[in-house]
Amino acid sequence: MTDSKYFTTTKKGEIFELKAELNSDKKEKKKEAVKKVIASMTVGKDVSALFPDVVNCMQTDNLELKKLVYLYLMNYAKSQPDMAIMAVNTFVKDCEDPNPLIRALAVRTMGCIRVDKITEYLCEPLRKCLKDEDPYVRKTAAVCVAKLHDINAQLVEDQGFLDTLKDLISDSNPMVVANAVAALSEIAESHPSSNLLDLNPQSINKLLTALNECTEWGQIFILDCLANYMPKDDREAQSICERVTPRLSHANSAVVLSAVKVLMKFMEMLSKDLDYYGTLLKKLAPPLVTLLSAEPELQYVALRNINLIVQKRPEILKHEMKVFFVKYNDPIYVKLEKLDIMIRLASQANIAQVLAELKEYATEVDVDFVRKAVRAIGRCAIKVEQSAERCVSTLLDLIQTKVNYVVQEAIVVIKDIFRKYPNKYESVIATLCENLDSLDEPEARAAMIWIVGEYAERIDNADELLESFLEGFHDESTQVQLQLLTAIVKLFLKKPTETQELVQQVLSLATQDSDNPDLRDRGYIYWRLLSTDPVAAKEVVLAEKPLISEETDLIEPTLLDELICHIGTLASVYHKPPGAFVEGGRGVVHKSLPPRTGSSESAESPDTAPAGVPAADQPSVIPTQGDLLGDLLNLDLGPPVSGPPVATSSVQMGAVDLLGGGLDSLMGDESEGLRSDVGGSPAMGGGSGGFAPAPGTAVPSNTGAPLGSGLGDLFDLTGGVGTLSGSYVAPKTVWLPAMKAKGLEISGTFSRQVGSISMDLVLTNKALQVMSDFAIQFNRNSFGLAPAAPLQVHAPLAPNQSVEISLPLNTVGSVMKMDPLNNLQVAVKNNIDVFYFSTLYPLHILFVEDGKMERQMFLATWKDIPNENETQFQIKDCSLNADSVSSKLQGSNIFTIAKRNVEGQDMLYQSLKLTNGIWVLAELRIQPSNPSFTDLELSLKCRAPEVSQYVYQAYETILKN
Amino acid sequence: MTQKSRDRLCEHETSVLIAQRNHLAEFSLFLINAAGDIFLEKHWKSVVSRSVCDYFFEAQERASEAENVPPVIPTPHHYLLSVYRHKIFFVAVIQSEVPPLFVIEFLHRVVDTFQDYFGVCSEVIIKDNVVVVYEVLEEMLDNGFPLATESNILKELIKPPTILRTVVNTITGSTNVGDQLPTGQLSVVPWRRTGVKYTNNEAYFDVIEEIDAIIDKSGSTITAEIQGVIDACVKLTGMPDLTLSFMNPRLLDDVSFHPCVRFKRWESERILSFIPPDGNFRLLSYHVSAQNLVAIPVYVKHNISFRDSSSLGRFEITVGPKQTMGKTVEGVMVTSQMPKSVLNMTLTPSQGTHVFDPVTKLLSWDVGKINPQKLPSLKGSVSLQAGTSKPDENPTINLQFKIQQLAISGLKVNRLDMYGEKYKPFKGIKYMTKAGKFQVRT
Repeated sequence: MTDSKYFTTTKKGEIFELKAELNSDKKEKKKEAVKKVIASMTVGKDVSALFPDVVNCMQTDNLELKKLVYLYLMNYAKSQPDMAIMAVNTFVKDCEDPNPLIRALAVRTMGCIRVDKITEYLCEPLRKCLKDEDPYVRKTAAVCVAKLHDINAQLVEDQGFLDTLKDLISDSNPMVVANAVAALSEIAESHPSSNLLDLNPQSINKLLTALNECTEWGQIFILDCLANYMPKDDREAQSICERVTPRLSHANSAVVLSAVKVLMKFMEMLSKDLDYYGTLLKKLAPPLVTLLSAEPELQYVALRNINLIVQKRPEILKHEMKVFFVKYNDPIYVKLEKLDIMIRLASQANIAQVLAELKEYATEVDVDFVRKAVRAIGRCAIKVEQSAERCVSTLLDLIQTKVNYVVQEAIVVIKDIFRKYPNKYESVIATLCENLDSLDEPEARAAMIWIVGEYAERIDNADELLESFLEGFHDESTQVQLQLLTAIVKLFLKKPTETQELVQQVLSLATQDSDNPDLRDRGYIYWRLLSTDPVAAKEVVLAEKPLISEETDLIEPTLLDELICHIGTLASVYHKPPGAFVEGGRGVVHKSLPPRTGSSESAESPDTAPAGVPAADQPSVIPTQGDLLGDLLNLDLGPPVSGPPVATSSVQMGAVDLLGGGLDSLMGDESEGLRSDVGGSPAMGGGSGGFAPAPGTAVPSNTGAPLGSGLGDLFDLTGGVGTLSGSYVAPKTVWLPAMKAKGLEISGTFSRQVGSISMDLVLTNKALQVMSDFAIQFNRNSFGLAPAAPLQVHAPLAPNQSVEISLPLNTVGSVMKMDPLNNLQVAVKNNIDVFYFSTLYPLHILFVEDGKMERQMFLATWKDIPNENETQFQIKDCSLNADSVSSKLQGSNIFTIAKRNVEGQDMLYQSLKLTNGIWVLAELRIQPSNPSFTDLELSLKCRAPEVSQYVYQAYETILKN
Repeated sequence: MTQKSRDRLCEHETSVLIAQRNHLAEFSLFLINAAGDIFLEKHWKSVVSRSVCDYFFEAQERASEAENVPPVIPTPHHYLLSVYRHKIFFVAVIQSEVPPLFVIEFLHRVVDTFQDYFGVCSEVIIKDNVVVVYEVLEEMLDNGFPLATESNILKELIKPPTILRTVVNTITGSTNVGDQLPTGQLSVVPWRRTGVKYTNNEAYFDVIEEIDAIIDKSGSTITAEIQGVIDACVKLTGMPDLTLSFMNPRLLDDVSFHPCVRFKRWESERILSFIPPDGNFRLLSYHVSAQNLVAIPVYVKHNISFRDSSSLGRFEITVGPKQTMGKTVEGVMVTSQMPKSVLNMTLTPSQGTHVFDPVTKLLSWDVGKINPQKLPSLKGSVSLQAGTSKPDENPTINLQFKIQQLAISGLKVNRLDMYGEKYKPFKGIKYMTKAGKFQVRT
């Protein structure tokens, strides 16, 4: 008598039969029938046709039958919305049942029925259940709010359920608290701006208390919620850490990892000198190690996270190398991850052990694993210099095994070792050459060809070796073809006499017989180089290459920091920020680690809160990057596109960029070898006639500052009221955080000095790779601001380096009215990508030096401008007197034309002119007699009243700084 | 974002996009057998077409063995998180960013619950009890929030099937669904129900340690660690409050506790103080790491050579006791995966029985007890496929064994006291050491 009998009725009339049984008078028969229906459901059969009959069984005292019917309802209500209405009454009734189990069951099921029509009927019962005397019902109801919110968010907000839910955070029962937190987190995730979980020390305290008492699953929700909190100082961080640490001993690995996340994040705020910091570090190791004795699936997720933790804080696990040693019956996905972490932990202290292990792995059966092990040996050599020799000899031993894939993999990594330690291990080349014939994988062939080309002068028969590859040139993969081309050119430059024929052959193969544009282009470049200037060719092709960096696969620091905030999530498994794989980006909030605060400092001045949320500093009017992209895309900074160039700011710039992008994409995808040979070398562009001049040389003839401001200068000088210092310059702020721009951070400000406007920038490279090929463009803007010269970054920007640049601007670019008026959208390109940001410029950089109006003219104009164009503003708390106000403003080209004293108040009449010729007239009222009344009153009149608001802002900025 | 910029994004992101839906709410479960048939599906929010499992089947095909199917598989609109136990894949389909450990832990909990309910967890038994399975699953998760995962609580909500109950239910028409709210669920000790009564009050604790070790060719230890657990079977009336103390608690520096253990007490006094759940539960698991010296109770002497010239190789292994603290090593089992080129093995054991499967190339030797006076050995020859070269890889030997009455770490319970109840319980402590992943390289 088992349930499998329910599967046996597969005859044609099945549904019909079930229908009859469901409508039977006998309770037992009914129940059996419902069970059969459920059984069909479990194997994916469609039994929705029975909806009315099953719903009819709902009104019953039999709890099991009721549950079964509810199960059915949840599955099919959506496909039968009209029928589902029939169930409402029973739900409402069940929500009042004396048995809390039934009340909870009803409220739970209700929320699962995703039918719009029904939801409004459910509000009343839900409201009652949220205040139910029984905590079991309350906790179920809390979850129901989240469900309902997903169906109809507006309804939930209108009904005030969110407030009720917030109240539940203070519930006496920890399980209710946990579920309320979970529900709120879920709702907050779909409404990132809603600030539902506004965490403050009080609510944090409640959560920490509930943390100790609620179920393991509730602990996960609470910990994940805690991780989003930003403690106000290091003391608070430490006290939270202390209360979270016991969770590290939990049997549930998800609890452990969530606790690790909170600790890793808050640790960032603790001073490294603190004793507690050391204690915490020690406490983190054992639970991480323990995760590795869990089931393999859990191990896998744990290992992916440990990979991040090891990169962020290697000290935690530096003594635990052995736990990452691979067991032969570990699943392959665990093996590969362990191997990765072994290399990250490898150091001089443990390298002998690691190498012995890796050598052992290289003889295992699984091909993927063996390959990765061989590769790992190479990475060890590059990472731990002292071990390089040992690694090379290990690799040679492995090559001797003649196992095909081992040999190929070994050759690929030996190439990297050569690039890290040039002129050290070339003695092994002979051994490598012996295996030339057995290489059948493109990567290995390409590596071998690179080695032959690079060391052609030491290999007697280099020409023969390369020639042998040439026979099947067109059957090779692109990677090999490109490498072969480069190698033969290298060979030719080293031994020109014997190899002329060879090089001609390869150049013609590449340029004439190939359909591959990359190959053709590279061929042409070499051809022209060689034919025009062999000396230059030598300099370019045989240039000294930069050493490859120690660890090539480290995650960029900014990304790493973000991923640390996402420990335990899918993002941490894929090592990608959630934005990268969450469709549409809805609800993606960039998380950042809190800044470290010194204890004494923060204790003394609690007001200077750490700049924890960089976003808060930015003016809120700046549209998000997403909106910006749309506008900026027509700037076409990226790879070249055909079609007429959009009328952008400076005419020449477009062409320059187009070329920059073009060159980049030409070089970008090629193997490292060529990139360092040719890419980014400014000399080469000049020789190749077919190409436009290279970026470095193509500076458009700078027409100097725009004519208007030039005149302004003159004017000022003659007028004798020249400004010596230039207008007010605001301190630099971060415009483009590194997190949004693959490691490029841009901060800056605007200034105006003697008639020329400039944008003062600081570019900081926070990525791991060198940045070069910078270019900048502005989107069309209200005043036609545009760069007057290209962005000149003379040397490539090395990691952790910054460079200060003053970019001269003019106002002859094309004009488009922006909102807000002073919004400037900027695109910056480097060798990595194109990035967009927008910023607001202070309007006073546009106040020209000849903005002083004649008195008569002023009076006439003032009268002429209609009164509705007059706008009044108040500048609060400015205790300057009329003279200092006047001189301060004059520094920024706001000129005082007349001063009057009316009824004890100083009245200043002022004028200013914008770069586009708009005049603005001002009346400024100051009350010097009354020191307690420090507000200034400003009336602005202008024919284009929309600028008034921004002029007023400029006034305020100038006067208050 | 415009289409164009999105395209550009996509070029960079080869990873698969998923739809940002609600936090955890989208959760479906598929049970798949070794043949690749879906034999059960359960959806918590909306029905996800089973075609989503095609991505899983692809991964299954790619993996050489079932164990190697990756536990996290991205698909265009979902993530598949799976665990493989009892030859069944439990595949969770989720649609958004959700902690993967959370899901995997939950799946393991589902399997544990099935096992607890039905004794074994197999396709047949799940199909036989499909309605109970469905009810249990519904009780375990609501909208992505685990509801009741403690088997004590679950069993009060949904009674496990027994032959007797099935018969009684059929006769009386009563049900296997509890109609009362489990009493313990919302008390301060949610893991224990109230009103527990026994005529014989007893508390048993099993200290079980597993050694994971890798031993290299020469017999020296590369890495060794101990995974220990204390499993308890407590049948005590009322609300007993227990304390358990150890002779050498310092050994336990890396521990995970059952939620019932009072952590503060442990931190300050190194005493386990707790109100136990009723019945079977895991009180504590601990880990003694490679830093502490781990005693290795057995050794393997081996001489395996695949000769180059002839197609015959030699095979000889001997197993002997090492640091056993005078206890007998029993239940010894040796398994080893031979290289593909091995055709057959002709071996003679000094004791026990051995099997070589020429298809899977797996050699297993059931040794039994080790008698220190007469060490068990297995000798003979290996025939290799003619014409192939000497195998590159050497077989690793996998060892299983048991030692009763010994916790190899040296952990010893000092005393067990009970407060809060008047009666005198019967107390018992057992020790056992087992091989975990114990491997000898040759």
